[in-house]
Amino acid sequence: MSRLTDANVAIAYEIIGRYPRPKSALIPILHLAQEQDGYVAQDAMKHIADLVGVTSAEVFGTASFYEMFKFEPVGKYLLNICGTMSCALMGSEELMHHAEKRLGIKAGSTTPDGLITLEHAECQAACTEAPCLQVNYRYRFKMTPAELDTLIDDLAAGKLADEIPSHGVLATVRQHIPADRGVGAVAPEKVNESPEWLDGKSAL
Amino acid sequence: MTSTYAHAPGFVAGDRPKIVTSRFEFADSYTIERYLATNGYAGLRAALSQPAASVHDEVKNATVLGRGGAGFPAGTKWGLTPQEVWPRYLVVNGDESEPGTYKDRLLMERDPHQLIEGCLIACYAAGLSRCFLYIRGEMALAQERMATALNEAYAAGFVGKNILGTKFSVDIVLHWGAGAYVVGEETALIESLEGNRGMPRLKPPFFPAANGLYGQPTIVNNVETLANLPWLLCNGSEAYTAIGTKTSPGTRMVAVSGHVKRPGVFEIINGVTTFRDLLYGDEFCGGIRNDNKLKAFVPGGGSAPWFTPDQLDLPFEASQVGPAGSMLGSGAIMVMDETTDIPAAALTLTRFYAHESCGKCTPCREGGTWLERILTRVVEGTGTDADLDQLVEVGSSICPGDFPHASNADLGLAAVPFPYKMTTICFVGPSAYAPVHSALTLFRSEFEARVTTRKRIPVTAAASSTTGHAS
Repeated sequence: MSRLTDANVAIAYEIIGRYPRPKSALIPILHLAQEQDGYVAQDAMKHIADLVGVTSAEVFGTASFYEMFKFEPVGKYLLNICGTMSCALMGSEELMHHAEKRLGIKAGSTTPDGLITLEHAECQAACTEAPCLQVNYRYRFKMTPAELDTLIDDLAAGKLADEIPSHGVLATVRQHIPADRGVGAVAPEKVNESPEWLDGKSAL
Repeated sequence: MTSTYAHAPGFVAGDRPKIVTSRFEFADSYTIERYLATNGYAGLRAALSQPAASVHDEVKNATVLGRGGAGFPAGTKWGLTPQEVWPRYLVVNGDESEPGTYKDRLLMERDPHQLIEGCLIACYAAGLSRCFLYIRGEMALAQERMATALNEAYAAGFVGKNILGTKFSVDIVLHWGAGAYVVGEETALIESLEGNRGMPRLKPPFFPAANGLYGQPTIVNNVETLANLPWLLCNGSEAYTAIGTKTSPGTRMVAVSGHVKRPGVFEIINGVTTFRDLLYGDEFCGGIRNDNKLKAFVPGGGSAPWFTPDQLDLPFEASQVGPAGSMLGSGAIMVMDETTDIPAAALTLTRFYAHESCGKCTPCREGGTWLERILTRVVEGTGTDADLDQLVEVGSSICPGDFPHASNADLGLAAVPFPYKMTTICFVGPSAYAPVHSALTLFRSEFEARVTTRKRIPVTAAASSTTGHAS
């Protein structure tokens, strides 16, 4: 779809400014593009290439390595059901079958109304709360098929809009380093002496 | 449902020393108000009241073992940077994604300031002038809590320029990934942080301490490792080493999941607590679900060779678990009871590693996929007994020689100690084979029951049996 908006360009520049080399900002800015459009659009990648100072092929080269980046629109809600060992031991296969039946789609596809994309996910780091899943990377623990039905009903009814932002939004709080508090990023070749505090004396 | 999200469950407190989870009991444990009210940033003050070198000595004396998987002492790691090469960086590995493992997520969600303070102490002690905190992409709440905490800490003067009014200045930059298990490997993490595909680098020459981020000396430390430092600086290395054993001092976060009555994440005393304590102890998991029999357990994350009840009395101590044929890894135990279908369970792990292979090394990229496909047909009942030999053959191309496994009295097996030889740069390839090898070694009959006997007919034998005429 689109290039980054002016507001997002400002955020992108702030992110770039934190790194000694601009290319380090690629993944956070790709997330910003996905937050804006729900997926990472081609035009956005071209725009990011200009912002970061690499080619658009390099941007896609990096982006395509990472599973969270989607290059085509997905559902408003991305439903990731974990299938790795602890969840599998506790019934995640049954949960996935139930989800496929209930939504009428196979894992890897989107409901015709564009509400939910169903995916098989790997370990989500909530193994004691198995089987678990994430909706737009927000957890649901110890899920039963009945609870999954309720979750899908709630998503469809818009009841969880406050808690679960649309696909692409991760943290709802951004880091902001105040200009008068930050040390600032310097390219490594411009530094060749040890930090001031390594003078053998205590700092306080 | 909102409440479960706001305060993620999993952690189980107990009447044990608390080094990294002391604030977990508070509902507002992640706020700066709670942190400051509970001795927060006192470790930083203690550090800044000494010369950097003596803080480094304190960490060395405490033998704080890395909690990410390899278990290398943090103080020693900090000392591996080459002399007079600047700048040096700290990269925090918060890309926790080893199957079965979660502790770093809880430490970031529930006590973000403790991690920030740990980062500051490390930067001060080792002369690291910029810190990058790399959080796994899928952990939205951890990113949010860390972002909020960093904003608070900057505003309060704990991070940034002239910290607490001193000459010590360091920025902590929040960075987040986008879904790739292999990025938990430290050189892949650095590649990813440079904006590249997260593929591991060859060591040597790319030992991060000498040649890491942007080619500069870089210390990569795990979240839990750094979270230990505020307590250590407040209480001293003697108090730290008084807990646990000489070779494994302090505590460790361990997640026990699968077929136990009360799965949970526990802060345990390092080196002393046994697997039996963890699985059956009342203060821990309280036994196997439905009082079933224990069949097997994975002692140290999905990559670790499996144990059976024979190994229950081993303590959580690397120097004993290694010779017994496995590793403690990232502190994750996955428990299988007698109802478990072993080939299917092994497949869930092998599928994971095959899926997460970055594709750089052929034995992992091809071998992992072969293991997954062969195992899939065995599990689905369309495999042959030749497939079982093929699994071992493929595994031997990833890890030549004897692969580590546990001893087993019933099978008359002696242990093959950890580690293995490998033909890949990182551990993803061997990890795809570990569950297959363990399952085949310890539960071969379950595989044999699944396959049909259909010997492969060698091409040459078929050719010699013909008489020269195509029939």
